[in-house]
Amino acid sequence: MTEQQPVLQMQDITKEYFGNRVLTNVCLDVNRGEILGLVGENGAGKSTLMNILFGMSIIAETGGYTGKVCIDGKEVVFQNPFDALRAGIGMVHQEFSLIPGFTATENILLNGEVLHDNIVAKLFGPRLKTLDLPEMRSIAEKSIELLGVEINPDTLVAEMPVGHKQFTELAREIHRPEMKLLVLDEPTAVLTESEAQVLLTSLRRLAATGISIIFITHRLQEIFDVCDRIVILRDGQVVKEAATRDTDIVQVAELMVGRSMSAKSVATRAYDEKTETVISIDHLWVDMPGETVRDVTLEVHKGEIFGIGGLAGQGKLGIPNGVMGLYPAGGSVTVHGKPIPLNDPAAALAAGMAFVSEDRRGVGLLLEEALDLNIASTAMQSQNKFIRPLLGGLLKWRDDKAIQDVAREYIEALDIKCTGTSQRVEELSGGNQQKICLAKAFALQPDVLFVSEPTRGIDVGAKARVLEALRTYNRKNGTTIIMISSELEELRSICDRIAIVDEGRIAGILPPSATAKEFGLLMIGKLKGEGSEVNSYA
Amino acid sequence: MRSIRRFIDTAGWPRIIIGLLLLSLFIAAPSVGVRVDQSITDTIVRFGMNGILVLGMIPMVQTGCGLNFGLPLGIIAGLLGATISIEIGLTGIAGFLGAIALAIPFAVLLGWGYGKLLNRVKGDEMMIATYVGFSSVSFMCMMWMLLPYHSPKMIWGYGGSGLRTTISLDGFWPHILDNFWAIRIGRNFMIPTGMILFFALMALIMWAFFHTKTGTAMTAVGSNPDYARAAGINVDKMRTISVIMSTVYGAIGILVYQQSFGFIQLYNGPFYMALPAVAAILIGGASVNKANITNAVIGTFLFQGILTMTPSVINNAIQSDLSEVVRIIVSDGMIVYALTRATRKSR
Ligand SMILES: Nc1ncnc2c1ncn2[C@@H]1O[C@H](COP(=O)(O)OP(=O)(O)OP(=O)(O)O)[C@@H](O)[C@H]1O
Ligand SMILES: [Mg+2]
Repeated sequence: MTEQQPVLQMQDITKEYFGNRVLTNVCLDVNRGEILGLVGENGAGKSTLMNILFGMSIIAETGGYTGKVCIDGKEVVFQNPFDALRAGIGMVHQEFSLIPGFTATENILLNGEVLHDNIVAKLFGPRLKTLDLPEMRSIAEKSIELLGVEINPDTLVAEMPVGHKQFTELAREIHRPEMKLLVLDEPTAVLTESEAQVLLTSLRRLAATGISIIFITHRLQEIFDVCDRIVILRDGQVVKEAATRDTDIVQVAELMVGRSMSAKSVATRAYDEKTETVISIDHLWVDMPGETVRDVTLEVHKGEIFGIGGLAGQGKLGIPNGVMGLYPAGGSVTVHGKPIPLNDPAAALAAGMAFVSEDRRGVGLLLEEALDLNIASTAMQSQNKFIRPLLGGLLKWRDDKAIQDVAREYIEALDIKCTGTSQRVEELSGGNQQKICLAKAFALQPDVLFVSEPTRGIDVGAKARVLEALRTYNRKNGTTIIMISSELEELRSICDRIAIVDEGRIAGILPPSATAKEFGLLMIGKLKGEGSEVNSYA
Repeated sequence: MRSIRRFIDTAGWPRIIIGLLLLSLFIAAPSVGVRVDQSITDTIVRFGMNGILVLGMIPMVQTGCGLNFGLPLGIIAGLLGATISIEIGLTGIAGFLGAIALAIPFAVLLGWGYGKLLNRVKGDEMMIATYVGFSSVSFMCMMWMLLPYHSPKMIWGYGGSGLRTTISLDGFWPHILDNFWAIRIGRNFMIPTGMILFFALMALIMWAFFHTKTGTAMTAVGSNPDYARAAGINVDKMRTISVIMSTVYGAIGILVYQQSFGFIQLYNGPFYMALPAVAAILIGGASVNKANITNAVIGTFLFQGILTMTPSVINNAIQSDLSEVVRIIVSDGMIVYALTRATRKSR
């Protein structure tokens, strides 16, 4: 065969945000049917590079870029995402862009609706054509099927578990017949391992049909599972480009971070049921769309790190959201023996509980505000911290200096990449936004800390750091931590006990030393029917 | 070069263009026989008259209640304060301060009800606010006729009941702020020091408020209500407080406007106040969910400046009395322009 024309060539891409250079002379090629892995630390510039490729308006608004983008050898300059779509590029963004009130079908075919001609349309133009709903439904079904998952095309997006949202988003991109290059920005961050496997399999299937894929992830193993080639970005520069088979995980991780990594596993302690119970949850139900909790009873002890895992949609996320009063809930929760009123976030915070939400953009952050305010606001409102009383306490003046100080402290401690304490959170990379959410919870100095998906979208180096920070925090302050995660490995590396949630109930509680198989069986609900006594560890 | 870019980025093109337009009007003024000193005085006075009404937009915008198209409600509270103050015969500074003191309870009460209403229609606040503005004005049109006022200064000369459409402040508190420490140079130049200081005071109070715990909570509510709720903030309460504040500022704002104008305008008067205030803050660079004091100051200055200068320059240039027509065209044109600029900062 002759030299093949790459589908995409990006040459010498350089991008500055207001004088802050985030990409320097980046070059990148993708061949037909190839899966290219793009990795790099938080803030390395991966999303920015992809936003340039996809013609996102944020790029033009912030001064454009220099360099060349060629599709099939022809130079293109996309003014907006529609241009990019027309040129056959699809993108699944780091943050969801689905319309919650629409069904899967409607979201998948948004702007690509199948239209029927009718007499009114003939007279007044194509805007009045009617929708061919059955046809749309079958197209949606087909593209969901291609992904190898089961999602009812008529489900409202608002009621789906996150994993399904991710697949819906992917289905939206692949149903287009002209699709030739698919960009996936951390599509697996919200998925459990088994779901991620399904996604990886479908990626391979797509690539086999000739579609090229750029795949961004912080789970390096996934890169080695599916990618043909890998490009490593560090501080906005390509530090290495290689065929996956010529490199290995450790080398990639080191190149990303720019230093050698010592594989350090944090030791967990044996569970001691004699220590005092800090929080007990009794027959909790939570009405959270897509994550319904039916009947959960749990006791967590002082200073424990308690993990909650399970497949997406089974209700693991509903537990902290219900306890913290964010979704309608019932049952009883007591902290240090005192009952906590449900459905009242202020009461939950007052009881010394804090929560890092899995929905960082929806609940976790004030995107348009400075990062110091984001970190301090909750502590300020619920605990009167960072406040200087004036006029004998009549005026509660915001202590901006204290707020900046605490922000600086956490920027340092969590290694948050930013231009300063007054930078708006919107402008931070996804992983750094996640760190702000953690800082916000730490600033509350809670007694009981719920963390949902704490390392979602965080790079390998930072992940160890975040887990370490949680562990240190737990050791130093005796904080009880309840961690909810889709990543079993992460739970096993830090938790003292791990509960698996299935169908809104606790299927069982295991020590971290239990085998992957035992966990797996609990997750798919196999052990329940047999009345097995895995629960005995509780 | 970079600093120019930065300036353009922070100021925004619309403000730079309108600012240049205003500047060129000032430069062109002498050549068509419009006195610059007189024009500057007019601009400053109009700024002082309208500034507080525009400031009053800020709280509601900040908590995500949107632009306060229901400003007439606050104005009605101000009118009640003014008329009652006259009815009980207060004059001079006591009359003005008395009007404010009497207006505030009405504003708080009306604002509270208005806030409760807006909490029930989240997402459609601005449309409902417009209705509230319209219907309250219509309702008060009846009440001005029926309320038992007796002061002969205010009621219709014939008939002996019902308030007049326009009530002169002569003998009560005309220009009470304007003249306070006023600086006069020559016959045509005057700085209404008192009114500007009063505006500054109201702006300072607003600034200070947004530096308190409650003010910060309000900002959080406007930025992301879900975050606010998770932070234990009572979202509805913050929204209600912001509506009360906006209404109180509306009430005080109209009193300042009236003392400078010299008349109280009842009946349909409040109708025409909301849109210019909304337009001014938008021109000042506010969006539907973010506004600050700088936006209010710059916007009021640009809007009122253009509104003062265009009619007089055009009028003199073409030597005929079209000023009222030009004024309406310019004012409505700017309102329409501003409303098309009304954007919601993305979340
Ligand atoms: N709108 C913006 N304004 C200013 N700076 C920005 C903006 N968006 C991103 N940046 C900066 O650009 C850099 C690269 O960000 P980018 O989002 O591309 O990182 P990333 O590699 O995708 O990281 P992550 O893995 O955390 O998602 C970061 O330092 C970030 O702060
Ligand atoms: Mg990113």
